[in-house]
Amino acid sequence: MTSDPNIALNSAASTEGLVSIKVGRQIFGVPVLQVQDVIAQTPINRVPLAPPEVAGSLNLRGRIVTAIDMRRRLKMEPRAPDDSFMSVIVEHRGELYALVVDDVGDVLWLSASAFEPTPVTLSPAWRAMCHGLYRLEEGLLLTLHVGEVLTLVPPAQQAA
Amino acid sequence: MDDLVGDFIAETREGLEALDSELVRFEQRPDDPETLSGIFRLIHTIKGTCGFLGLVRLQAVAHAAENVLGGFRDGAAPVDRVAVSAVLDALDLIRALTDALAETGAEPPGDDSALIARLDAVLHAEAEARTEAPPEPAAAPDPRSLIEQLGGDATLDAACETVVQQAQADAGLGTLFAQVDPDRLQAAVRNSLADLARKVRTGGVFTKAWAEFAIEPLSPSMVAATFELVAEALRSLDVAEPAIDALRVLALEPPAPKMKLTAGPPPAPAPAPPPPPEPELAAVVVQPPPAAPPSGASPGAAPAAEPAGPAQTIRVSLDALEHLMTVVSELVLIRNQLIQTLRLETDSPFAAPLNRLNQVTSELQEGVMATRMQPISGAWAKLPRMVRDLAQELGKQIDLVMIGQETELDRQVLELIKDPLTHMIRNAADHGLEGPAERLAAGKSESGCITLQARHEGGAIMIEVADDGRGLSPDKIRAKAVGSGLLSPSQAEQMSDAEARQLIFLAGFSTADQVTSVSGRGVGMDVVRTNIERIGGAVDLSSAEGAGTRFTIRIPLTLTIVSALIVECCGERFAMPQSSVVELVSASGASGRTIEHIDGTAVLRLRDRLLPLVSLQTLLGLQPADEPPTETCIVVARVGAFTFGVIVDRVFDTEEIVVKPVASVLRHLKLYSGATILGDGAVILILDLKGVSIETGAGQGAGLQDEVTVERAQGEEGAAILVFRAANDTLKAAPLASVSRIEEVGAHQIERVEGRTVIQYRGKLMPIVSTDAQPVESWDGPGLRPLLVFTREDRAIGLLVTEIVDIVETVVPVALESASPGARGSLIIDGRATEMIDVAYYWRRTLNHAEPASAAAPPSPAAAPEGRASTAAADRRLLVIDQSPFSQFLLRPLLAQAGYEVTVAANPEAALALYDAGERFQLIMADTSDPDEARGLATAFARADKWHAVPMLSLALQNGVAKGAGAGLDRTTLLDTVSDALGGLKGVA
Repeated sequence: MTSDPNIALNSAASTEGLVSIKVGRQIFGVPVLQVQDVIAQTPINRVPLAPPEVAGSLNLRGRIVTAIDMRRRLKMEPRAPDDSFMSVIVEHRGELYALVVDDVGDVLWLSASAFEPTPVTLSPAWRAMCHGLYRLEEGLLLTLHVGEVLTLVPPAQQAA
Repeated sequence: MDDLVGDFIAETREGLEALDSELVRFEQRPDDPETLSGIFRLIHTIKGTCGFLGLVRLQAVAHAAENVLGGFRDGAAPVDRVAVSAVLDALDLIRALTDALAETGAEPPGDDSALIARLDAVLHAEAEARTEAPPEPAAAPDPRSLIEQLGGDATLDAACETVVQQAQADAGLGTLFAQVDPDRLQAAVRNSLADLARKVRTGGVFTKAWAEFAIEPLSPSMVAATFELVAEALRSLDVAEPAIDALRVLALEPPAPKMKLTAGPPPAPAPAPPPPPEPELAAVVVQPPPAAPPSGASPGAAPAAEPAGPAQTIRVSLDALEHLMTVVSELVLIRNQLIQTLRLETDSPFAAPLNRLNQVTSELQEGVMATRMQPISGAWAKLPRMVRDLAQELGKQIDLVMIGQETELDRQVLELIKDPLTHMIRNAADHGLEGPAERLAAGKSESGCITLQARHEGGAIMIEVADDGRGLSPDKIRAKAVGSGLLSPSQAEQMSDAEARQLIFLAGFSTADQVTSVSGRGVGMDVVRTNIERIGGAVDLSSAEGAGTRFTIRIPLTLTIVSALIVECCGERFAMPQSSVVELVSASGASGRTIEHIDGTAVLRLRDRLLPLVSLQTLLGLQPADEPPTETCIVVARVGAFTFGVIVDRVFDTEEIVVKPVASVLRHLKLYSGATILGDGAVILILDLKGVSIETGAGQGAGLQDEVTVERAQGEEGAAILVFRAANDTLKAAPLASVSRIEEVGAHQIERVEGRTVIQYRGKLMPIVSTDAQPVESWDGPGLRPLLVFTREDRAIGLLVTEIVDIVETVVPVALESASPGARGSLIIDGRATEMIDVAYYWRRTLNHAEPASAAAPPSPAAAPEGRASTAAADRRLLVIDQSPFSQFLLRPLLAQAGYEVTVAANPEAALALYDAGERFQLIMADTSDPDEARGLATAFARADKWHAVPMLSLALQNGVAKGAGAGLDRTTLLDTVSDALGGLKGVA
């Protein structure tokens, strides 16, 4: 988050700035321009009857932010209650959302040449939420499609 | 260009809104040049901007309208209804075109030549008329030119001399003009006024004349003040007031660049060259369009209701305001946290600055809140025009009096009350007020008056809509309610006048034809109430027949900040809007109240009511906390007419909360109306109690159903109730009057035919049902079971029950929605919760089963009693002499429901007392089966000679079981017999 945005603009053609986040054991990248803030562990107030992916609401300097549990969104094992977490704040259609993840890493500037589409064998849910992936030394980084991540299907329609 | 069009649309709409009321005022007081000049300027601006933007149609219409207005202003066209109507139509067209422009971005094609011709005709007709015959002096202003009216240059010069002297001596103005050569100033001012009067030059020259000599810039109010000096001087020189007013309009007109006024006698065909967008429009500072030119203290010209002064306003986008609001809320939260933190440290060096911060924050919060406030006149702007149109349409004379236009409320609330208010005014004009003839006949003035009043009252806005019309007749409303099946005649009778008037708020009570026949209001009054309640308001009405009706609306100042009760359930906190909360009840052991259950549904006895309960834990699927709550609280809430209790673990405090919208991914949850941040920073949800009531199934079909049940229950007050035990051992009840007979049947009599359970009864097959839609179970042994027989016309159904428990006179039946079909509600009998069955439901079930074709639900017996009930006249008074419970509990309700007025005397002596009291009856019913009683009766009645002509019916009663003489006494027979006996009486009389 400390990076100069100008670098992103200048180098947008060849490289992409991604905030790396960790959900479970998987590394994802969120486009740095979409990230408003990264906050450490903060109390999240539960919303009864909300879809399971919605962890609750939190208060970010007087604005109400809806927290999305990325583990649940990605259909992973839920986090143990005592495990630490971080929140990446993104804005989508005028509303603020917090992507609740296990850890937030550095901002990575990655060359377009290392970009690949997601493998077709990936589950449809994941493929919808990921643009593609980068091969990193420490593993594969999937780039998140924020809009898609925040499009939750209401339970009624899910059942249908 | 798009921005310009957008600005134009916004400005035009604002301007038009203001115009409607101005024009009507103008029609009423055509001699007020300030109003006229305001209107003229607006139309002129619209025309000019249209020309600039290339909007041909708009320009042409605005131009024609402007010409007419110019005609009004120069006295060339009379201000009459035809002319004003033409201008109003032109405004409507401009509005329509503007709307179309906003939608599509282009003017729609079309031909406006007819309207333009009408406008021109208004002008020409008058111009021609004037050349032939000069109009009466009273009808039109002085035909002389303005300069002549003012008395020429000499008078102006003399006036200016006085003015300049006064200005230099004046405390405020003197400093500005102290160093000035009085002669030169005098000349400049005189020339400017003379030019204005001759219409050689236009607005601004007067200001400029002064401004050139002043050492500092002049404010508009100072210019206005100087003109008042001029006016005063002219007045002292015997110049007529209209001329001064006309001059004032010209002098104080803002200096619009290149604005050309129609010179000389109209029509002025020269179209004004399209002026560039006026700098004021683009700049931040704009004058509110309807504001009259700064008029200072113009005597007599400014009525009290006139928008005050030259308010300088800026246009700020709503987003910016919302953002400001958010930031301030945040600041408030931080302040609260700081205060909490420092509360423990009394000697902190931060204490003093924090105290100051506290004050400043509160001030800031109030200030930002105030920016969202708008005067209520915004919602009223269209009303004068609407009332004028309605008056013409209806052929009535209506005055609209608006009081408290400056009362401010949140703009969001303002938007939401516009429609209900419009509706109520329309109702008042249409149904409330009488026509002129009727009014005169009633001894009132010919023109009716609708008063609209707004005021602040304890953190809320009170709006009153009152008319001095015919008022609401409770009797007519009752008659209509009975006619439309909402009430039975006896229920209607027992209803107080105030209760009856409340019926107009019922949905379905208000269809157009019924309303006119009843001459009450009611067209969509349910919608009005719903809309007002939606924003946390309430509406009430009072009315006096013949004197008018008054509706009082109470609405919160703002929706953004509401007062809410903070509750806790299973460790989670929620906010409940205080406006829906009626009371708090503790249900812990100490209070002596306990929650009871009917078929798993929780209820609470609260005073003499049975309150349905909703558990927040169940409703929201909350996990119970580790340790069970030490107390249980019940929040009694009311939504519409439905009252219910919400079970929570704990109730905290009432707080003012800032309402924020629910995130879009959560918007499908109807239980929440918003979210808020508490003082400790926690985010909690605001419960939508309407949603809660719907979710529980209790509030379904909200409105009518609740209401009607309540009304019916009230109507049944004091009626006899048959209590019985149903198949699954629960207690149930039915109105005794609805039961025709009670039979006893053995298990062997019950037969099953094609899946239906029937018995042979009086030579027919009668379907038998069990309660709760259970199949009729068979039982062992020879025992007989009671069968409640309900009849309707020639059909009958039987309801098989386990045991008849009691017949009771209910004290206060309680209406309560039940989740199970077939139940109308619950009530408390002998301290036990008992479910009242819905007889109509069983009719529907059996009839639907028997005849699928006629699946339409038959009207319930309560709503549509036997046919003869409606024909039974209320003056048919019956006396029943009998002391058995049968008469009390069965006969009386049955006869009363059929429309008779029944008096029961326990014995002949009591009957004689009634005789002595002067009571007269049309029919006497007595038990003459016992010879002793019959003798006693005969002896007693020997001296009651006035009763000798009254027919007497004999009742054969034994232990409360009806066994009529001969054919047997069932409901139909009884009613027929009574009817026949009375018919015979009629024949005799």
